[in-house]
Amino acid sequence: MRHRPRPLTEQHVTPESLYLTRRHLISGLLGTGIGLAVGDAHASLPTGAVLHAAHNAAMSVSAPPNSWDDITTYNNYYEFGTDKSDPAQYAGSLRVTPWTVTIGGEADITGPVSLDDLLKPHALEERIYRLRCVEAWSMVIPWVGIPLGEVLRRFKPRSNAKYVRFTTLNDPTQMPGERSSILHWPYTEGLRLDEAMHPLSLLAVGLYGRSLPNQNGAPLRLVVPWKYGFKSIKAIVGIEFVEREPRSAWSQANPKEYGFYANVNPAVDHPRWSQASERHIGGGLFAPRQPTLPFNGYAEQVADLYRGMDLRRQF
Amino acid sequence: MDQLGLWSLRLLLITLCITPLRQLTGWSPLQRFRRMLGLFAFFYVCLHVAMYVAVDQRFNWPELWKDLTQHGWIIVGCVAFVLLIPLAITSTKSAMRQLGRQWQRLHAAIYVATLGGCWHYYWQVKRDVRPPLAYAAMFALLMGWRIIHRWRQAQRLRVPRTH
Ligand code: HEM
Repeated sequence: MRHRPRPLTEQHVTPESLYLTRRHLISGLLGTGIGLAVGDAHASLPTGAVLHAAHNAAMSVSAPPNSWDDITTYNNYYEFGTDKSDPAQYAGSLRVTPWTVTIGGEADITGPVSLDDLLKPHALEERIYRLRCVEAWSMVIPWVGIPLGEVLRRFKPRSNAKYVRFTTLNDPTQMPGERSSILHWPYTEGLRLDEAMHPLSLLAVGLYGRSLPNQNGAPLRLVVPWKYGFKSIKAIVGIEFVEREPRSAWSQANPKEYGFYANVNPAVDHPRWSQASERHIGGGLFAPRQPTLPFNGYAEQVADLYRGMDLRRQF
Repeated sequence: MDQLGLWSLRLLLITLCITPLRQLTGWSPLQRFRRMLGLFAFFYVCLHVAMYVAVDQRFNWPELWKDLTQHGWIIVGCVAFVLLIPLAITSTKSAMRQLGRQWQRLHAAIYVATLGGCWHYYWQVKRDVRPPLAYAAMFALLMGWRIIHRWRQAQRLRVPRTH
């Protein structure tokens, strides 16, 4: 299943025009709530530096990706505010260059690494993944990134490293949302080492063949497509190999509602809403809800990681 | 979805602003807007509920039933909604006339419904409770003003004026 980077040819890079052919209805109800359901006539084009990434079809879903607008204006990123539109509006204050990631904990190689050095040995690839938010909405997103496991292996984790802990930047001057204590800052997340090493786990640096917009987690974010979106931590400055299950921001905030594993599971409801189905963003007002799939449709690849576990208890 | 719920609650609170505003400014034409605003609020709540039933849940009755029986915040929302129905029905001039003093008492249910709306909102929020608390504070302010106003009027009636 390991992806071997292929030489980059024109046809591997998904043409922008193809991305843009879909018309996207209603980004939200306007004004007083009864705005008309009109398609936005001028969907914005992807922006940001062009990245050279080979499309990894084996690791991609065939569903059409959401529009650039959907993906970059409907975000949960509390470091910039709690409204879906806040990150797009306020993430401009984040400075993503230069960027340093500190590797720590139970590994032979630790210390600060510049983002360039972290990425350099790896070929970027494009993967189209489903994203399922714990709030019961979903999107399909063409990420550009590198397999997390390949990056982690370079630092030679020791045998007692059982988990990986990730940390987001903690700087309220750049991330105004961190001034209010809605979550415990910095945002932290964690994966079991075998989850982190799974070929689907991705460190993303781009979107639609462009460098990642700030509101989507620039310059470096995690993407774990079989888990609820909050596991996919953004603006990563720390990666640490640890022995014990690390704290995860949401499960610390409300352990009854958000677990450490957070695997997408239609059979385990959130205490306040059903997880059996999801609203696909960009489908328009009258698109039917979609059934939610176990492990967000990635059960075949990842279910083995959880064999023998009671997923109702370890949600 | 979000906007309709928010506008329902906003309109309920705006409706509750009318009486204090009239009492403060002494401008009685304001009172005529109260019924209209109340009906607007009800209209938005209807849209909000219709949106939930038709668009969010797509008439999935088993799922709707599950929501209604398992989730407290949906139950609270429904109580608030049900409370508003008789108020909308009795908002005509003739109903007002027929009910007389009863009308006042019946329409005090808007206080309970608005409280329910605030609670429903607070309970539904994922993490950031500041906006629902702001709405609840607004409601508390409006209710507080009413209580103080009543109390002052009662005082005025009790104490004989000495000019
Ligand atoms: C007086 C009655 C009601 C008021 C004032 C009210 C108000 C609100 C408000 C302010 C919100 C938050 C909006 C947001 O997410 O920002 C909300 C959310 C919601 N309400 Fe109501 N509501 C009422 C009745 C109901 C009823 C009867 C139902 C369903 C049976 C309902 C279903 C919902 C749902 C499903 C949400 C969540 C929307 C989402 O997922 O974002 N509401 N409501």
